[in-house]
Amino acid sequence: MKIRIWRITRLCTLSTLPALAFSVLIAMSAHQAQAQEAGDHQYTSEAVEAGSQVYTQQCALCHGPQGALVDGINLSIGQFRTVQSDTDLRQVIGEGAGEGRMPAFSLRAEELNGVIAFIRAGFDPEGEAVKIGDPIRGKTLFEGEGQCADCHRVRGVGPRTAPDLSNIGAIRTPASLQRNILDPATALLPINRPVRLVTRNEETIVGRRLNEDTYTVQIIDSQERLRSLKKTDLVSYEISDEPSKQPTTMSSDEVADVIGYLLTLRGLE
Amino acid sequence: MKLVNKFGTIGIALCICLAATNTSAQVPYERILNAADEPENWLTYNGGYKSQRYSQLDQITPENVSDLKLQWTLQNQVFGAWQSNPIVVDGIMYITERPNSVMAVDAITGRVFWKYRHVPAENALICCGANNRGVAVLDDKVFMGTLDARLIALDRITGNALWDVEVGDVDLAYSVTMAPLVIKDKVIVGVGGGEFGIRGYVAAYDAETGEEAWKTYTIPGPGEPNHDSWEGDDWEHGGAPVWITGSFDPKLNLTYWGVGNPGPDWNAGQRPGDNLYSDSVIALDADSGELKWYFQFTPNDAYDYDAVQVPVLADIVWRGTPRKIMMWANRNGYFYVLDRVTGEFLEGKPYVTVNWSSGLDENGRPIPTPQPEGMPTFPGNQGGTNWYPPSFSPRTGLFYFSAWQDYATIYRPEESEYQPGRAFLGGGFSVLAPAPGAPTIGIGRTNPINNWTNEVGFASLKAMDPQTGEEVWSYDQFDVSDSGMLTTASDLLFTGGREGYFHAIDARSGDLLWNVNLGGQIVMAPVTFSVDGVQYVSVISGHALSTFALPN
Repeated sequence: MKIRIWRITRLCTLSTLPALAFSVLIAMSAHQAQAQEAGDHQYTSEAVEAGSQVYTQQCALCHGPQGALVDGINLSIGQFRTVQSDTDLRQVIGEGAGEGRMPAFSLRAEELNGVIAFIRAGFDPEGEAVKIGDPIRGKTLFEGEGQCADCHRVRGVGPRTAPDLSNIGAIRTPASLQRNILDPATALLPINRPVRLVTRNEETIVGRRLNEDTYTVQIIDSQERLRSLKKTDLVSYEISDEPSKQPTTMSSDEVADVIGYLLTLRGLE
Repeated sequence: MKLVNKFGTIGIALCICLAATNTSAQVPYERILNAADEPENWLTYNGGYKSQRYSQLDQITPENVSDLKLQWTLQNQVFGAWQSNPIVVDGIMYITERPNSVMAVDAITGRVFWKYRHVPAENALICCGANNRGVAVLDDKVFMGTLDARLIALDRITGNALWDVEVGDVDLAYSVTMAPLVIKDKVIVGVGGGEFGIRGYVAAYDAETGEEAWKTYTIPGPGEPNHDSWEGDDWEHGGAPVWITGSFDPKLNLTYWGVGNPGPDWNAGQRPGDNLYSDSVIALDADSGELKWYFQFTPNDAYDYDAVQVPVLADIVWRGTPRKIMMWANRNGYFYVLDRVTGEFLEGKPYVTVNWSSGLDENGRPIPTPQPEGMPTFPGNQGGTNWYPPSFSPRTGLFYFSAWQDYATIYRPEESEYQPGRAFLGGGFSVLAPAPGAPTIGIGRTNPINNWTNEVGFASLKAMDPQTGEEVWSYDQFDVSDSGMLTTASDLLFTGGREGYFHAIDARSGDLLWNVNLGGQIVMAPVTFSVDGVQYVSVISGHALSTFALPN
C-alpha cells in the first residue's frame, strides 16, 4: 500500500486540524436543480427544485442536509428501511414511521411530489448527467488495466485492503462514483483514511480506518485483519490525508464503462 | 406443599406492601427547598433550585471510583434518544420513557413498581425527537408535561392520573418536553414549538387541581414593554419557546428561565428588531409570573442560538465582593456571568471559535459580524453548547459543561410564510463536510461508527472559572457530546458523550480517573443518590439506564 502524504496526529489527544483547511463545501441548494426533461424522467426539474425547498424546511433537521443522518437510511442514494416504491415514500411522509420517531407531515400534493422527486434525484440533479457506459467492458477494465481489483474486492474475489465494492451500486450515485474515480483524494470519506500506527512493542501497522473514538481506533490492516487498538498502547498514530489510489488514467469512455459496471454491483446476486 | 408456597408468597407480598406504605414519606415544598440537605435524594431535574447538579455525597471518591460495579440496568422499551433525567425520592426513582410514560422504579434493584402511559395526540409535532426529559414531584404527586402540550399529575404511589390539563394548543404545534419545576404550591412548565411559529410562554399550575395560576408570554404583546422589539405582526409567530427547566432563588422569589430562538429560525431579516425575549434569560416573580428583568444573549438571532441552557445559580465572592450570580454557557459560543438580582452583565467571553460576533460590549450585547453568504458560521446550528445540563461545584468554584469545538454551519436564509402546524424555519442550512457526501454531525447519534469523524467538530468538556470567564482545563472527546454533568463533594465529575463512555473525571485537574463503555449515546446528565448508606450513580446510555455503586 502506497502512502503518500501523512498528517501527524498528536498521540492520545484529538487531531484538531482546522476543519476548513481541507473541507469541501457541500451546499445543499435549491438552485442547483438542473433542468431535466419531463420525457426522460418521471419528475420535472420544477418538482425537484420545489422538493429541495420542502426537504430543507421539513426534513433536513432530522435527516440532515445529505439525507444520511438517520441510521439505516440514506435518502440521497435511495437506501431506506422499509420504503421501496414512491407510494411507500408517500405513505411514510404522510403517516410517520418508526414507532413515532418520525412524525406525520401534512404536505400539499405538489410538495409531497416534489420531495419525492428530490429524493429520487439523489439530492444531486446533476447526477443524471453522468455518462454511464457498458458494464461488460467496465468489468474487464475494473479487473484489468483500470487496476481497481488490485485493491478492491467484489463478490468474494480480490483483496480487502480497500473497501469491498460488492454493494457499491446500491449505495452510491453515478456522480459519486465518478468523483471517486477521477478525484479520489477529494472524494475519500474521512473515516476511510489510511492510517499508520506504531505500538509500544514497536509493531508498525498499516491499514484503513474503520472507526475511531476518544480512546480506541478500529482498522483493517494490510494483512486483512480486523484490529482494535488502544491509543494508550500507541507511540505513533498517523492519518493520511489521501487515499492510496491515484486519479485514474483511463479515458472518459472507459470511466463511463467502469461506472456502468459498478452500478450493477448491488449486493447478493 | 404447593398450597403452602402460594400462601407463603402472598404473605410476603402483603408485608412488603405495608412496609412501602409506611415509608412513603411526603415531599413537601420545604424538602425541595432544602434539597441540598438531603443528598440521598435527587428531588428536582437539576438536583435543587440552584441547578448546580452538585451532590454532597462523597462515598465514591477519586481513589475508589475505579471499583464501581454495575448494580442494575433498566432497558427502555422504546427506541430513540433517551434524554430523561431521573428523580429519586426515598429509594424510589421516577423516570420517563418516550413518548410520555412514567415509571416508578426501585432504586436498589431497578425493578419497576408501576408504569403510566400517556398516548400523545397523533398530530403532536416535535422538531427534534419525541423527547421527554423527566418529571417533577411534590407531596404525593408526580408531574409530567407531554408532547401534545398537556400537564399530567399522577399519584406517586399508585401511578394513577389525578388531573390532566392543557398547557398549549397541539394543533398549533405547542408541546412540552421539559421536566416541570415545582415552586411552593405550583407546577411550572414552558412550551416547545420554536420551529413551528408558536408564541412561547412559561405557565404555572396549581399542584392540587391543575388550574392555571399564571402565564407569562416570552414575546410581549401590544402595549407591553419591549413589544416594539418586533415589527408588525411578527410577534404573533415569533417562537421564543421555553423547553428546558428553569431555576429558583427563594430569597429573591425569582424563577429564571432560558428562552429559545425567534422564528423563523434562520431568516433574521424577516423579523427586524431585537425580538425580545427570544434568546434571553427571564426572571419572573414566582407567585405572579411577573417579569422582573431580562438579559438577551443574541438579539435578532439568525443562527438558532436558543438560550435554553439551565440557569446555574451560585452565591460566591466574585472578584472580592459577595454576589448572587448566574452562570451561563450559551449556545451562541459565549460564557456569561450575570448578577441574578438585577440581570446586570458582569462578564462574558467566547469559549469556542465564534465568528458571528466580534465580542460583547460593556453591557454584554454582542457586536454582530455576519458571515458572507456561503461561508461557515461558528459555532454551528447545534451551538457551542445546547440544552445539556452543566454543573457548578462550590468546592472547586468551577462551572462544567459540554462544548462542541470546531463546529460550523452555513446558513441560507429564505423568506417563509407562517402556516399553522407547519415548520417555520426561514430557509435552510448546510454544513462543512470533509468530502462530498461525507456524513456530518446530526442532532443525535444512531450509528455505532463515527463516520463523520472529529473533522466536523468534537466534544470538549470545559471547566470554566466564573471569576475570569475563562477555561481552566478541558477534556476532549473524538465525537461531540450532548452529555450533562454531575459533580460531587469528593471532587468527582461524572459525564458521558455520544461514544457511550461513562467517565469519572477529577473535577480539579480534569484527569480521567475511570471510564466504562456503556455502548450507547449518553445524552443527559448522570445523577447520584444513596439508599441505606450506599451511594449510587445512575446514567442513561442508549436505551439503558445503568446504576453503579461500590462493592460492599
